[in-house]
Amino acid sequence: MDFSIFLIQCLNALQYGLLLFLVASGLTLIFGIMGVINLAHGSFYMIGAYMAFGLAPIVQSSFGGGFFATLLVGLFLAIVLGYFLEWAFYSYLYEREHLQQVLMTYGLILVFEELRSLIIGDDVHGVSAPDFLSGSIALGDTMTYPVYRLFMSAVCILLAIGMYLVFTRTRLGMMIRAGSSNREMVQSLGVDIQFLYRVVFAAGVAIAAFAGMVAAPVSSVYPNMGSQVLIICFVVVVIGGIGSIRGALLAALLIGFVDTFGKVLLPQASGVLVYVLMALILLWKPQGLFKAG
Amino acid sequence: MPSKPSAAFVFVLAFFATLALYPLVGGKFGVDLVTKIMIYAIFALSLELLVGGTGLVCFGQAAFFGIGAYATVLLSPSSDPAGLALWVFAILAASIYAFVVGALSLRTSGVYFIMVTLAFAQMAYYVVHDTPLGGGTDGIYLYIKPVFGPFDLDQPNTLYFVTLLSLIAVFVFLARLSVSRFGRTLAGIRVNEQRMRATGFSTYPYKLAAFTISGGLAGLAGFLFAVKDGFVNPEMLSWHLSGAVLIMIILGGIGHLRGALIGAFAFALLQELFKSEAIFGAFAKHWHLGLGLSIIASVALLPRGLVGVPAQLQERLWGRSSRRAQSLGDTDVSH
Repeated sequence: MDFSIFLIQCLNALQYGLLLFLVASGLTLIFGIMGVINLAHGSFYMIGAYMAFGLAPIVQSSFGGGFFATLLVGLFLAIVLGYFLEWAFYSYLYEREHLQQVLMTYGLILVFEELRSLIIGDDVHGVSAPDFLSGSIALGDTMTYPVYRLFMSAVCILLAIGMYLVFTRTRLGMMIRAGSSNREMVQSLGVDIQFLYRVVFAAGVAIAAFAGMVAAPVSSVYPNMGSQVLIICFVVVVIGGIGSIRGALLAALLIGFVDTFGKVLLPQASGVLVYVLMALILLWKPQGLFKAG
Repeated sequence: MPSKPSAAFVFVLAFFATLALYPLVGGKFGVDLVTKIMIYAIFALSLELLVGGTGLVCFGQAAFFGIGAYATVLLSPSSDPAGLALWVFAILAASIYAFVVGALSLRTSGVYFIMVTLAFAQMAYYVVHDTPLGGGTDGIYLYIKPVFGPFDLDQPNTLYFVTLLSLIAVFVFLARLSVSRFGRTLAGIRVNEQRMRATGFSTYPYKLAAFTISGGLAGLAGFLFAVKDGFVNPEMLSWHLSGAVLIMIILGGIGHLRGALIGAFAFALLQELFKSEAIFGAFAKHWHLGLGLSIIASVALLPRGLVGVPAQLQERLWGRSSRRAQSLGDTDVSH
């Protein structure tokens, strides 16, 4: 493998890992703070990607269009959706057993997938990147790398930094961290935990949908894209240690590299590598790399 | 067995009697469908031993099902029909894999256990999916169905009764197991593993034994499925199936063996209902929507699963006191 190919694969691995991190961070937050196993998280990613596809023409006609306008409208809709879902469904699940949560969120997956099929259909669609990001830059003499993938990585890094700052520097972040380690105590100190949950859930949905929107031009949109992402995100969350954002970042990058280089170096075993990695890590550290806290 | 037969006991008896009489009225399609559902019920019972009996949530049960099915096809002789040996080998293959997976994954617990069992199931999935051994994505055909003595499993009605007998045998086996010392120990582990260890039980071998038995039973279901369809493909090991069987037992009600029966039938029949074009017309194509909504409704309305419906109704009609009596009776007899 010569150097420029190696470099390109590194960039791909980084971009894939960062994208996984975005989706998985919402999952780990919702599990770590609210104690809900949310199987429908992959559907939010799918919804985001389909919004990037479906909203573009509508935004085009009503606001004059543009990729970023679509992103903003989609983000807004995702927050509203998250807020609504928490109010209508998830707020009833906190007191329930984990298996009841699994059952309900499984039902939600079926509903979301079928609504998608009713509204948009079952075809695979491409989403075009904005013009100014659709070029490529030269790497070495013969290789090029698409600008849009670099843009994706940059957006993911910015969001990750933003999340880090919110967590460590703001009052809201402090309440979220406190809520994840002891929710009764936080509640008894006078924090409106119900509101906090709703915000965290809406943020988790919005981040997953945003990841889907940003990824749509690269991955295109197709049925069942949600469930593929869901399983790999659970792998990320578990390897990183449930509830740990730092762990999710490390695990997502690890999986990004293992998966990308696995596809290049050992194409016949690429699918299985990620799971071998997870089994090895969990046998070595049964609680994941970083215990939550 | 309690001296006076409980409602649960009568229910299960009536359930099996209905199944035994069904081929008299059910047509070819019906017999095939119910055979399939009974196989799912065996599969669901195997998982119920882990989830309801021991408190171990396994998210890789399809691997044992699929390995049982693949072993059936791969070990079938190519010229004359296989006998009982094939049945033994299919169960053995699944149990051995379950033993290895259990030995490693029981080091973890909780959500981590769920994910490690998923990881091992995915490994098995990719082995049959990506290697020539299992015929790749196309799967492989079983050309000659096995013959057990006078019973030719190629006959749909024979297969129906063999499946029904297997289902009854598995049910009775698990019911006896749950009241044995072994089953009581597993229940103790489910309720409080720390305390079981403190009372002097080494819990690991018990959990491993339960895991291995469960894998073997799932392998039995896989064997029957391969024989019924005469075809296996990698999707039989996919996590979608592991998820579906978990949904079946949650829907039916965890902690009761009959919950697995009811759940498997309810799940499969709901699927058939929403798929039926006679009722829903063109909308039958979108049967997932109806299934998903019914599942959400069941979580909202039936927190104890379908098994809890009679108790809930009684509560509505007679007030709380009778509910207490009912729930005490329930824990006594874990059918």
